[in-house]
Amino acid sequence: MDWPLLSAVTFLPLVGALAILLARGDDEGAARYARWAALWTTLVVFLLSLLIPLNFNLAEPGFQLVENRAWMGGLATYRMGVDGISMPLVMLTTFLMPICILASWRVEKRVREYMIAFLVLETLMIGVFCALDLVLFYVLFEAGLIPMFLIIGIWGGPRRVYASFKFFLYTLLGSVLMLLAIIAMYWHAGTTDIVALLKPGVFPASMQTWLWLAFFASFAVKMPMWPVHTWLPDAHVEAPTAGSVILAAILLKMGGYGFLRFSVPMFPDASLYFQDFVYVLSVVAIIYTSLVALMQEDMKKLIAYSSVAHMGFVTMGIFSLTRQGIDGAVFQMISHGLISGALFLCVGVVYDRMHTREIAAYGGLVNRMPLFAAVFMLLTMGNVGLPGTSGFVGEFLTLLGTFQNNTWVAFFATTGVILSAAYALWLYRRVTYGALEKPELKWMPDMTPRELVCLAPLVVFTILFGVYPAPVLDTVSASVENLLKSVQVAQASLDAVTLSMK
Amino acid sequence: MYQAIVFLPLLGALVAGLFGTSLFKNMGRDADVYGGHHDAHGHGGHEEHHGHDDHHGHYHGPVWPMYLTTALLFVSAALSWYVFVGFLHHPEPVKVEVLRWISSGTLTSSWALRIDTLTAVMLVVVNSVSALVHLYSLGYMSHDEHQPRFFAYLSLFTFAMLMLVTSDNLIQMFFGWEGVGLASYLLIGFWYTRASANAAAIKAFVVNRVGDFGFALGIFGVFLAFGSVEFDTIFAGAQGAVGKSIHFLSWDLDALTVLCLLLFMGAMGKSAQFLLHTWLPDAMEGPTPVSALIHAATMVTAGVFLVARMSPLFELAPAAREVVVIVGAVTAFFAATVGLVQNDIKRVIAYSTCSQLGYMFVALGVGGYGIAIFHLFTHAFFKALLFLGAGSVIHAMSGEQDMRKMGGLAPHIRVTWAMMLIGTLALTGVGIPGLFGFAGFYSKDAIIEASFATNHGLAFGLLVIAAFCTSFYSWRLAFMTFNGAPRADKEVMEHVHESGQIMLIPLYLLGIGAIVAGFVFSGYFIGHHEQEFWGNAIFRSAENQVIREMHEVPGLVKWSATIAMLAGLLLAILFYIRNTALPARLAKQHWPIYKFLLNKWYFDELYDFIFVRPAMWLGRVLWKKGDGAVIDGLGPDGVSARVGDVTTQVVKLQTGYVYHYAFAMLIGVAALASWFAFGGTH
Repeated sequence: MDWPLLSAVTFLPLVGALAILLARGDDEGAARYARWAALWTTLVVFLLSLLIPLNFNLAEPGFQLVENRAWMGGLATYRMGVDGISMPLVMLTTFLMPICILASWRVEKRVREYMIAFLVLETLMIGVFCALDLVLFYVLFEAGLIPMFLIIGIWGGPRRVYASFKFFLYTLLGSVLMLLAIIAMYWHAGTTDIVALLKPGVFPASMQTWLWLAFFASFAVKMPMWPVHTWLPDAHVEAPTAGSVILAAILLKMGGYGFLRFSVPMFPDASLYFQDFVYVLSVVAIIYTSLVALMQEDMKKLIAYSSVAHMGFVTMGIFSLTRQGIDGAVFQMISHGLISGALFLCVGVVYDRMHTREIAAYGGLVNRMPLFAAVFMLLTMGNVGLPGTSGFVGEFLTLLGTFQNNTWVAFFATTGVILSAAYALWLYRRVTYGALEKPELKWMPDMTPRELVCLAPLVVFTILFGVYPAPVLDTVSASVENLLKSVQVAQASLDAVTLSMK
Repeated sequence: MYQAIVFLPLLGALVAGLFGTSLFKNMGRDADVYGGHHDAHGHGGHEEHHGHDDHHGHYHGPVWPMYLTTALLFVSAALSWYVFVGFLHHPEPVKVEVLRWISSGTLTSSWALRIDTLTAVMLVVVNSVSALVHLYSLGYMSHDEHQPRFFAYLSLFTFAMLMLVTSDNLIQMFFGWEGVGLASYLLIGFWYTRASANAAAIKAFVVNRVGDFGFALGIFGVFLAFGSVEFDTIFAGAQGAVGKSIHFLSWDLDALTVLCLLLFMGAMGKSAQFLLHTWLPDAMEGPTPVSALIHAATMVTAGVFLVARMSPLFELAPAAREVVVIVGAVTAFFAATVGLVQNDIKRVIAYSTCSQLGYMFVALGVGGYGIAIFHLFTHAFFKALLFLGAGSVIHAMSGEQDMRKMGGLAPHIRVTWAMMLIGTLALTGVGIPGLFGFAGFYSKDAIIEASFATNHGLAFGLLVIAAFCTSFYSWRLAFMTFNGAPRADKEVMEHVHESGQIMLIPLYLLGIGAIVAGFVFSGYFIGHHEQEFWGNAIFRSAENQVIREMHEVPGLVKWSATIAMLAGLLLAILFYIRNTALPARLAKQHWPIYKFLLNKWYFDELYDFIFVRPAMWLGRVLWKKGDGAVIDGLGPDGVSARVGDVTTQVVKLQTGYVYHYAFAMLIGVAALASWFAFGGTH
């Protein structure tokens, strides 16, 4: 590549946002223009991003399509690049954005600002996954909060201010600590170049512990891990549909990505040291939030809690520090992005008709909406991890990886498959099955072609990756293998210490 | 050819499901949804009410989806018989790779078809019964509004089951395993307007998942122990794993025993064994053809298939096999006792299925894998026959399933009666040793003998008692339904009619199977040719001589099953033909026992009390108290209350988004701080 592909993909949405910003016209016309401009921008970005996998060498474990530019007067460097772990997340982002824009077609309030917020958000999200410089990463990582904060705070539901404030408060705490850690890392290593920092042995074990904890504070909130998860249900409930999709599908993945990019390879000794700690939090998340999900009365809250449980599998898989565990974690992130994103779209479909998310307000929808029922069923099965859907592959691999070094954890985490079946099917039954008795539901038309176009790609990929997960697994393979090398070094030194103490 | 056998049903399911159903008929337009013209679409959904298996709806849609799926199934079934007959002469295993599936590090698994004798038997069972059930459903479901969906589900189920039996590794087997669970869920809840059907569907799925929990752990353990999930590698390493231990939870345990028990937990769920059986009787909420196909002949036998498939591991884990024997024997006994007093015709047969599955597990546990599969094979014919016959009865009775409201049907539906009698004779195991017997006579009696021959006295005793109960409840069912005076309303009795040929032809074919399957095939499955027939498909160690030993049991043992059968028959004649007042009197005299049996040993109540309610209670407490009071109370809400105090006093800058300003400011501060921090070092 002799031109900066990653930068082009990253910043093209900003161009679109600028075009919308500069457009003039009456309200109606400007709104229509903003919609189409945003849709075309995101589509072009997606098409352009397809060049990334086309130019990606699967056998290469390191970063590819790398760009280097001096930035901020030589203080930091603008470095971009992707490896097998970040590339799928970039693709997920560019893939989901057009769907989100299309799903927001009927937003009537401040359409221009809405579309601009989403386009800016896209730039920031792609940037986070491509950034190869700590400062650049940090800026993008934190800046991503602003558009999301606005999306919830302006276009959200009645308790949007409470939700966005909670969202902000949690993430702020984490990010301050991460900032301190980044400063400390710079002082110690003299560089903010992620590639350089990824070299083994940059940080002594004693320092790793503190750095690990500081990064953990930020990523654990983002994931979110128990017990810092309570912002997520509120944020989801209040966010508009597309906001929920992005939140669940992409923003949560930044936490998992952070663990894989920083915590594990840069602080391998600390990662081993804290393995049991993460295990406990993950298992608690899986069981606790699944039980809580069982009792929810609000559809979005239920799916939000189930997201926390699914993210528990991701953190567990990552810190199993095994090949299958980490492969599974990355896969689970992609799969959860597809499935939970689609589930929130499904909630959006009925919400747009009834303007309530209360489960009890529905019932018997299958009678009038067979297509919706079929799509929702398929996604529900994806959510419970049925083999043949992508949900299975990630869950299975993370559990398989974990079983290899802690059977207790795998044992408790596997109970999640029972609980997830219970809450997901119960939700499905209450919304979809039964006789259509409520008079206010009887007019409801089935999904519209636009809604089908939004959901169909997600459904197709949920099945496709369930049957043939190789495109994702092959991509992550070399990079994960590489990642594990740093852990193996740490493990070996740990073993040596243990032996010499015996 | 093998691909065709497996994938034709999938093709049928997809085409019928996507294009044959009214999936897209109600698609709306954005303008309707967002325009606020709610009245424009106010036709109100059609009210659909279903009583029991009734057929009041009318179907106006296309008929091709039903014919397509049925035809494809018949092709698959014909090909399966072709393969099976080939295996009778030259058992030659085949392996077909289809597609790479999950590969991660040293874990590799593919979509592959593994055809050996065991698979060939299962192909025949699954495809034959499925094809006949499809055919039967053409008549049985002919008035149902949603029949394309029904046929799509049936074919989807068949596909999943075929993937299960042809799997070459544990993960693909798990795919089929959960896939049949999904199809079962969809079909039990097929009449989705009924609350009881929906509840039963969820129960079936969740209870099965409890078993799958064990199965999944078993797969993880197998991968840990053998470094692979592929059968060939596992079986090759089995001998070397003897005596090795595995660290499971906090203990070091014998590896093979642990793995086998975990896998067996999966089998217990799918095959509705004692403790995990509660979903099967409720599953009768599904349409009767579903009960015949899924909950009698095929899916519920998947557990038996799993253990037989994993025979190289089970054979080397005698402790695990003892557990299998005990669970199987207890199930056979327990379900048979419950079956004695049930009044719903389908539930009696459901408990009978549960009980017969127990027999199969006893056979597996004592090392008679071939015997278990033989019983699976014969059972598929006569149990499907009984269910479809029951469906024909229900059809004739306008949806009535309560046997207390039947009686005296024999003259009205003679063909169904005859077929049900054949099924009953086969199930109870009627036959004369050395001469001829109905299907169950060969397979069930072999299990009872094998349990004796391998010194499992308790299991032997339980099985003989169960055989007695089986005979009693089967004849009770036959007599209560067909004999005596009619107990139904006059109106219902006037409508009693024999089913059409399309429903009777499957009965004839299954009837033939129920008569001859044992006689014709016993030589292959458990007789002189069994060594050549099974080949390497099942594994028996050199010490395992169960086939030989079972032929050498004392004469009294050989006759025990037949005696139990005759006793049950005589008692049923006494109770339900001679002195029909006796059962009621007996029930009154022994009320506690009767109540205990009628309420299925109170398992549902017990599980509700120890699992369902606590889980819901815990969920609510964790939500309200854990998330609400503790985490939020100490965390964001506490902080925001403090911050809120301050802000309300200090800031009323502009209406609305005060927090946004605060946020933007903080970002600015953070950026500034970092600027200085980095700048400071240069």
